[in-house]
Amino acid sequence: MLEIKNLEASIEGNKILRGIDLKVNAGEVHAIMGPNGSGKSTLANVLAGREEYEIDGGEVLYNGDDLLDMSPEDRARAGVFMAFQYPVEIPGVTNAHFLKTALNEIREARGEEKLDAVEFLALVKERMKLVELDQKLLNRSVNEGFSGGEKKRNEIFQMAVLEPKLTIMDETDSGLDIDALRIVSNGVNKLKNPNSATLVITHYQRLLNYIVPDFVHVLVNGRIVESGGKELALKLEEHGYDWVKEANNVAA
Amino acid sequence: MPQRAILDHEFIDWTKSSFQLLENGLNGSARLPFHGVRKAAVAQFAKLGLPTTRDEEWKYTNVLPIFKNQFALANQEPVVAKNAIDAFGFEGLRDKMIVLVNGRFSKELSTLAIDDSTVKVGSLSDAIARGEKAVQEHLSRYADFNSEPFVALNTAFTLDGTFIHIPDDISMPHPIHLCHIVVAEDAAAAIASPRTLMVVGKNSQVHLIESYHTLEESAHLTNAVTEVVLEQGATVEHIKMQLESKSAYHIAASTVHQAEKSCFSSVNIDLGGAIVRNNLNVVLNGENAESHLYGFFRTTGSQLIDNHTFIDHAVPNCESNELYKGILDDSSKGVFNGKVLVRQDAQKTNAFQESKCLLLTDDAVMYAKPQLEIFADDVKCSHGATVGQLDEDAQFYLRSRGIGEEKANSILRHAFASDIFERIEVAEVRDMLESLVFEHFND
Repeated sequence: MLEIKNLEASIEGNKILRGIDLKVNAGEVHAIMGPNGSGKSTLANVLAGREEYEIDGGEVLYNGDDLLDMSPEDRARAGVFMAFQYPVEIPGVTNAHFLKTALNEIREARGEEKLDAVEFLALVKERMKLVELDQKLLNRSVNEGFSGGEKKRNEIFQMAVLEPKLTIMDETDSGLDIDALRIVSNGVNKLKNPNSATLVITHYQRLLNYIVPDFVHVLVNGRIVESGGKELALKLEEHGYDWVKEANNVAA
Repeated sequence: MPQRAILDHEFIDWTKSSFQLLENGLNGSARLPFHGVRKAAVAQFAKLGLPTTRDEEWKYTNVLPIFKNQFALANQEPVVAKNAIDAFGFEGLRDKMIVLVNGRFSKELSTLAIDDSTVKVGSLSDAIARGEKAVQEHLSRYADFNSEPFVALNTAFTLDGTFIHIPDDISMPHPIHLCHIVVAEDAAAAIASPRTLMVVGKNSQVHLIESYHTLEESAHLTNAVTEVVLEQGATVEHIKMQLESKSAYHIAASTVHQAEKSCFSSVNIDLGGAIVRNNLNVVLNGENAESHLYGFFRTTGSQLIDNHTFIDHAVPNCESNELYKGILDDSSKGVFNGKVLVRQDAQKTNAFQESKCLLLTDDAVMYAKPQLEIFADDVKCSHGATVGQLDEDAQFYLRSRGIGEEKANSILRHAFASDIFERIEVAEVRDMLESLVFEHFND
C-alpha cells in the first residue's frame, strides 16, 4: 500500500529525513518510534502533504501512485488520514459542517453519492459512540475549547467517519491520560480491517500496549536504524534509546 | 495642489447652479421652513468645499477621483419596471419594501402596507409638506452640515426620502426594508441624495433594513444621510447593506441619537462601490443606553471602503460595543477609524472596540485606527486592531481532510465573517447575505 524509498526531506534548510525506506501493506500496523528530534513528526507531515517541508530525494508510492505529487486534499480523497499531534482550533466552523463537507468531498472524489443531512447525522451519531464523544461537540466550532483528550478523540472520530485506507497517527498519545488513551485505542482497534493500514508514530511504548503493532521501526537522526516485531518496543521501553544510538554510531 | 482647487471651485459652482435649478422647480414648497435649511446647507457647502487628504478625517480616502466626472442631479422620475425590484427584495420580506429611486420615494414600487394608522412610513417630502411635528423637531438636527461637507451637500439637495415615525409602545411585527436604487440615465453621472429620518417612540421596537443597489453599472454618486432617533427605552436594529455596482461611489452618514435605556444595534455591510465612505455617529445621550456597532466589508479589485465610526458617551452608565471586520483581496484598500469619546461626566462607561481584517494578497492595504478619548476616570474601555492572513494551519487541517483548497479558503473566510453575520437578527437578511458573500459554501 505504502512504499517509501530513500526519502530525504528538510525544513528551512535543515535536513531532517536522511533516507527512509519503509513498506506498509494492507492490514498491517507499523509503529515508528524514536527519540525527540529524530524526524518522526516530519515523516508524518511529509506524508500528509505539508508544504513547508522540502523533499530532497527519494519517493513515496501510495498504491502505486506518486504520493508526493498529490495535494493534501487529493491524498485525503485517496484514503490517507493523519491524526494530528496538535489538532487545530477553527473558530466559526462547526464540527458537523466541517466533517460533512470533508466527507462529501471525499465521497464525490470516489464517485459516491453525497450524504444528505439526515444520512450524515445517522452516520455521525453511530461513529461518535466509538470514541465516546459527546454529541454536543458536533455543533461546537472545530476543536475550539476542547480538552486535550477531546481533541484527540475528535481526530479518531473523524477517522471513523472518513474511513481512510492509510492512517498516520502522529503522537496521538501525547497529552492523554490513561482513560482517554484506552478510549482512543479502542476506537482505532475497532476500525482496523484487512484493507487498511496504520502507521503509529510515538515516543513511548505505552500506546502500543493498546494498539498492538505488527512491526516496530526505530527512527534515529532521520533514518530507520532498527526494525523488528512488537518486542522491539518493549526493549526500547526498558533500555531507552541510547543503546540504539550507540549501536548505530549516532551521538547521544 | 492647484488642480484640486480648480476641481473644488468647479464643483462648488456646479452645486450652486444646480441648487438654483432645484429651487426654481420647487414652486410652493420653497416657502416651507425646511427650504431655509437647504439654503443654509448649500451656503455651508460652498464654504467647506470638498475634503482633501490633508483633512485628518479624510487622510486615506481621496474623494478627488469621484469629482473628475461630470455630474448631474439624478433624474427624479426615471421609469423602473416593477419586476426589476424583485431581485433586491428579501425572501419573505418582499411585501415590506419601501422603494426609493434616485432618492425619491416611489409609491408605485413600494409594497409595504401598514395596518396601524398611528405608525407612519412614507415619503419624507410629503411629511415635510404637511408640517409633520416629528420632522420639524428632528430633521437635520443630528446630521451636522456645519462641519461635514457631504452632509451639507445632501441637505442642500434633500427633496425626498423616507420618513418613519413609530409612536410609543409599539413593537413592529416585521422589519421595514428601505430599498434604494440608482438609475443613471444621462451621460453625466448622477448624484442621488437619499435622506431618511426615523423616530422611534418610547419602548417601541423596530428593525430597519437599508439596502443600496444600482440597476446598471454606472459611475454615479450616492450621497445618503440617515438620522435615527431613539426615545426612552426604544430598541432599534439598523442593517445597512451597500450592494451598489463596483464603479459606483457611495458616501453615507448615519447619525443616531439615543435617549436613556434605549438600545441601538447596527450592522453595516459593504460589498459594492469603487470608493465608499461610511460615517456612523452615535450619541449616547441618556443613561443606561447601549449601542452595538458591527460591520463587515469585502473588497476586490481596486475598491476602497472606509468606515468611520464615532461613539459619543455623553452621560454616565452607558455601554458601547463595536466590532468591524473586513476581507480584502487584490489591490483593494480598507480604512477603519473608530473614535470613542467618553466625556468627563460619563462615569461607569463600558466601551469596547475591535477591528479585524484579513488581507488575501500582498497588495491589499488596511488602515486601522482606534481613537479613544477618555475624560472620565471610572470607566472600562478597550480597543484592538488586527490585520492578518488566513491561518495556514487551519487551511492545512481542512485540506488534509479532503476539502479542496478553494473551498477550504472559502470556509475560513466564512468563519471569519460569521460572528458579524450572527449578529443580524433578521433571519431573512442573514441568510441572503451569507449566500451572497459566500456562494461557494452552500452545501
